[in-house]
Amino acid sequence: MTTLQSSEPADLLENAEMGASLWRDAWQRLRKNKMAVGGGITLLLFIVIALLTPWLAPYSYEAQNLDLGASPPSAAHWLGTDVFGRDVLTQVMYGGRVSLAVGFIATAVALLIGVTWGAIAGYVGGRVDAVMMRIVDILYALPFMIFIVLLMVVFGRNVLLLFLAIGAVEWLTMARIMRSQVQSLRQQEFVEAAISLGLSPAAIIRRHVIPNALGPIIVYTTLTIPSVMLLEAFLSFLGLGIQPPQTSWGLLISYGAETMEEYPWLLIFPGLALTTTLFSLNFLGDGLRDALDVRGSKD
Amino acid sequence: MLRFIISRLLQAIPVIFIVITATFFLVRAAPGGPFDAEKVVLPEVKRALEAQYKLDLPLYEQYFAYLTDLAQGELGPSFKYPGRSVNEILFSGLPVTAELGFYALLIALIIGVTAGVLASLKPNTRQDYIPMSLAMIGICMPSFLLGPLLVLVFGIYLEWLPISGWGSIPGDKILPSITLGAAYAAYVARLSRAGMLEILSQDYIRTARAKGLPEWQVVSKHALRGGLIPVIAFLGPAFAGLLAGSFVVETIFQIPGLGRFYVQAAFNRDYTMILGTTVFLSTLIVLFNLISDVAAAWLNPRLRSQLSGGGK
Repeated sequence: MTTLQSSEPADLLENAEMGASLWRDAWQRLRKNKMAVGGGITLLLFIVIALLTPWLAPYSYEAQNLDLGASPPSAAHWLGTDVFGRDVLTQVMYGGRVSLAVGFIATAVALLIGVTWGAIAGYVGGRVDAVMMRIVDILYALPFMIFIVLLMVVFGRNVLLLFLAIGAVEWLTMARIMRSQVQSLRQQEFVEAAISLGLSPAAIIRRHVIPNALGPIIVYTTLTIPSVMLLEAFLSFLGLGIQPPQTSWGLLISYGAETMEEYPWLLIFPGLALTTTLFSLNFLGDGLRDALDVRGSKD
Repeated sequence: MLRFIISRLLQAIPVIFIVITATFFLVRAAPGGPFDAEKVVLPEVKRALEAQYKLDLPLYEQYFAYLTDLAQGELGPSFKYPGRSVNEILFSGLPVTAELGFYALLIALIIGVTAGVLASLKPNTRQDYIPMSLAMIGICMPSFLLGPLLVLVFGIYLEWLPISGWGSIPGDKILPSITLGAAYAAYVARLSRAGMLEILSQDYIRTARAKGLPEWQVVSKHALRGGLIPVIAFLGPAFAGLLAGSFVVETIFQIPGLGRFYVQAAFNRDYTMILGTTVFLSTLIVLFNLISDVAAAWLNPRLRSQLSGGGK
């Protein structure tokens, strides 16, 4: 061990330098991608607005003006009002808080379960791997869309269940990605070298596997958030997701669709908010994928 | 190959069994019985009804009775529509949803593959950017937003197309099919572009070009087959997505299909209907996944030789 230890600092140093330049490279490439940068800025803006909504919103969430009723966009109400005279901009801002929260929290749940599961399966390998991935395969084959609808019907429509249900669907792909990353990394010469040098599994995972698997995980996470937000909006549209008095973009779209003939702005503005966010996330995710060279680097 | 199919089949059976069991107990665990809404029902009538639907038996006996019925293809009577069986309701909705899904898939494949292949042939040019930007719009525009917007523009403002129904007015199938298919066209376009790009950078494509084959032959004979494998593999999950999408599209356009029945059954707490539909749809999805997996494996020569070589 003593003889080997001398090689460790050098190995560490070189690795750290490579890591840093990889990320710097990726950052340079990402900065050149205008769509991805635009997506990132828009997203940041939406997040800030969502966080500061109680202070930024022009009207209070409960404020109604039944005398006014539904009115088109005006100076007092930039995005118009709904049939109860509620300010649409305020509704969209509060709805965005819920939609974004669902997106980020459910994705975090999926990330945590998926990465842990995949890393263990991929690293331990053998029979453990086979059993763990068989479980993923079986769950993968379950028609979750239908199951989520069923869950929301059976256990009532609460937000916590929504997070869990969506998170439970999305971790499967994350686990598969992480496993395949870990598995292919394990066969790389530098990991074999590390193993033969006597590094502990924990050290190998920390120093070699995680930094190398981070790219695909970041990319996939960025792309999971929009699909989670879509799922929430889909359920809310059917009346099975977010329930009043809370609101979300999906719910606002569903209300808007009912009265779109007379009051199209009730459909268009929440729709625009959701679409813009999904756009930003997807462009950012694609940009990150190209910048981190997730696909190409393996071959 | 046969071994692969058999092993995938064996894998599918426990999945279907888990679906049946989980759905059965989930639905039975739901608060509120199906006859709770009708408050005027006399106790003895309620008891008679419960006996008729076997709700008075212990849970495990209900479960085995259900499995026995299921084995004979019998999904039981509907709670909500007395006198109609779940089988009848399902089979009245199935052709509608199947037709809707078929058109949507057709739109998705034709538009998606064309756009994706064109984009892959000249990456990072206008021929790539324009279809891919459109694909991005398709992905970010959920069906429940696209549907109402299409209705608003083509149905209400322009008055070109009917805004609801299925098969009663000419042209009323167009908007629902586009609404359902658009997102999948976008996914297919992206997948076929990525798949083609990967294949086009392979050595055997370079060989084909080097031996002087014209470009269209390189693409159609050598690249397409491999480049479209991701699309074939995507068809399984897409099928599940199309079914779920039909919930929304059939609700928007008031189409009497499976998706709408499912959502209605969910709201009505129609136990047997939910149970029957879930089991039926799940089985369909599992089978479709199986078929698309086998097809993708068949098309992939590397995987195929590995499989017929009697590997694992």
